[in-house]
Amino acid sequence: MTNSYQGSATDPFAFKTPNMNEEAPRIVAADNQAQPVIVVHNLVKTYMLGQTRVNAMRGISLEISPGEFVAVRGPSGSGKSTFMNIIGCLDRPTQGDYWLTGRQVSRMSVAELSIVRNRLIGFIFQGFNLLSRASALSNVELPMIYAGLTKELRMSRATQALQMVGLGTRLDHKPSQLSGGQQQRVAIARSLVNSPSLILADEPTGNLDSRTSVEVMGIMQSLNRQGLTIILVTHEPDIAEYASRQITFRDGRLVKDEAVRQPRDAQAEWAVLSQQNPDE
Amino acid sequence: MSTTERAREASAKAASSNKQFSLPPLKAKDFDRAGKMSTNISIALEALWANRLRSMLTALGIFIGIAAVIAALILTQGVTASITNTISSLGTNVITIASGAGSKGPRGFSAGVASTTPSITAADAKLIAKVPDVTGVTPINSVSTQVIYGNQNWNTRVQGAMPIYQNIQSWTLSEGAWYTQSDEQSAKSVALIGPTVANNLFAVSGDDPIGKSIRIGSQTFLVEGVLASKGGGSDDVIFVPFSTSQNRLKNSTYVDQILVQVDDSSNIDQVQKDITTILDQSHHIAVGHADDFNLTNSTQLLQTANQFTSMLTFLLVGIAAISLTVGGIGIMNIMIVSVTERTREIGIRISIGAQRNDIRYQFLIEALVLSLVGGVIGMLLGFLIGYAATSALSLPFVISVNSLLMPFIISASIGVIFGLYPAIRASKLDPIDALRSL
Repeated sequence: MTNSYQGSATDPFAFKTPNMNEEAPRIVAADNQAQPVIVVHNLVKTYMLGQTRVNAMRGISLEISPGEFVAVRGPSGSGKSTFMNIIGCLDRPTQGDYWLTGRQVSRMSVAELSIVRNRLIGFIFQGFNLLSRASALSNVELPMIYAGLTKELRMSRATQALQMVGLGTRLDHKPSQLSGGQQQRVAIARSLVNSPSLILADEPTGNLDSRTSVEVMGIMQSLNRQGLTIILVTHEPDIAEYASRQITFRDGRLVKDEAVRQPRDAQAEWAVLSQQNPDE
Repeated sequence: MSTTERAREASAKAASSNKQFSLPPLKAKDFDRAGKMSTNISIALEALWANRLRSMLTALGIFIGIAAVIAALILTQGVTASITNTISSLGTNVITIASGAGSKGPRGFSAGVASTTPSITAADAKLIAKVPDVTGVTPINSVSTQVIYGNQNWNTRVQGAMPIYQNIQSWTLSEGAWYTQSDEQSAKSVALIGPTVANNLFAVSGDDPIGKSIRIGSQTFLVEGVLASKGGGSDDVIFVPFSTSQNRLKNSTYVDQILVQVDDSSNIDQVQKDITTILDQSHHIAVGHADDFNLTNSTQLLQTANQFTSMLTFLLVGIAAISLTVGGIGIMNIMIVSVTERTREIGIRISIGAQRNDIRYQFLIEALVLSLVGGVIGMLLGFLIGYAATSALSLPFVISVNSLLMPFIISASIGVIFGLYPAIRASKLDPIDALRSL
């Protein structure tokens, strides 16, 4: 490997063989504070839409360090969705390299990427994406099922995670019996249970009212304060202000990368909101 | 209090009541992929349970097919067993000679009914008795007629046969004694009645049949014995001495059959050849012309019967196989619909780390469970139908290992064959597209 990034060559957690059943448990989130969570180098994504060639990403390079709270902004068609899909290991780049916690994921097989999504990444979606038939507890259990955790461990962690997001009394509720904010909190609990290195939130407040948005952002900031790296995709400028760093895409290129000097404090705002109208 | 002050205070409050947003980290030893198959099974069962009605209707297709297969199997096995019983009750190492051209068809079943032009006579039987290795010969006459005792009457088959017949077909008596050689020679009007006949003539009066006079056709006969039951249709019979039947019941020099007992089954072929030679001479049949008699032995009969029943099995199972295919297509159809409906669910599962294998197994197990449940219920219903049919036709009810294992094997293979394509389709979905779908 010619790249200067040192972590990739000597990473003790790197895949040694493609035999998943033997090697899979080696992927456990073990964050080394010294190395970046994400390193992408010259990412290019091109795909064919009928006869036309679409250049969704034209060479993107950046690093994200542990504990950062990054908001990804950009108009539709800017390549931010493609970027998120590749960062989330749902898609692979046409060219370029992507290291996640020191692992070269841009060269991994589909099966290995499943394990990476399962162990290293927690997803939060705009539409919550909960299984409608399953209870809150079962939904939160799901990533641990695919990780192969024991039933006792799954139950205790799922219960704990739901208690952390304030849904300890609604373990058996189906998504249809929960409000939008509550559903998103279930999704947050689900993203946390496998102790990921990275939370990817794709428009997490897109389907929520502003009051519930503050609540959800408060939880995310609280997670971030405990050292969890979060990447947040949003087109709402005020939601992006809760992050500590904003990067902006346009036409498949990174056009702006700046620190937010004074991020908004969602927990404080939420405290005010709940005092004004303490109906929650 | 200013807004900023309030916010700061609230923030401090939030920090002090700080919910701890962290779970203990996972270690490599916590992961155990070995237990995942059982989880895939329970996920599949939950999905089926969530669509109970649809699952049941889908399983119904298999259920009907398997029930048809099992009922068909039991029925043909019953027929086979019944035919085998009948044939072996005719005696082993026995050659049956009947009139008519030498077709070896299943004519032998209609024991005693002379076909085409009668040609064999009692004199032929005497000639055959001289063939080496023959241990017993009897001509047989068979007449269907009415028998009367008191005010009871019954239609049955009356067979005239020599006393050696008891030995050839190994009959036993529950009462009385078989007629003797001297009865035969003097053509005495004595009769042995089968249990069915005894029951129909004597049950009402409660009389002991031995020594009673019954009317057979227009003749009076003395009952000398009651046969022990051999089961099935062979109990509905009356035996009288051959000469008596020839003189009083038949009035013909021709006989319906000649039964020949051979000392050992290895000699049957040779004896058949010898008999053919002797009869060709006595019937003046030139070389190259068709015989006017035919020979069958119990081995041949069994073979013919087996051919017949395996054809029957083939036909019935073939029809059932068609309905199973329809059921399998039903499963495939529902699974494809289910995969389409649950595209988003599949997307969610893949995005949070399900392997392609997990998705494939989940849907494959759903198809398998549908067809297996259908198969097991179908097997039970098939046994019920088979039981009803065999007892209605008074056939033996046989449950073989085949009919117990087949439903599982068939329905499992249907589940796999018809469930594989939808399952592969589900596992190949692109998570990005799948998450975007409604």
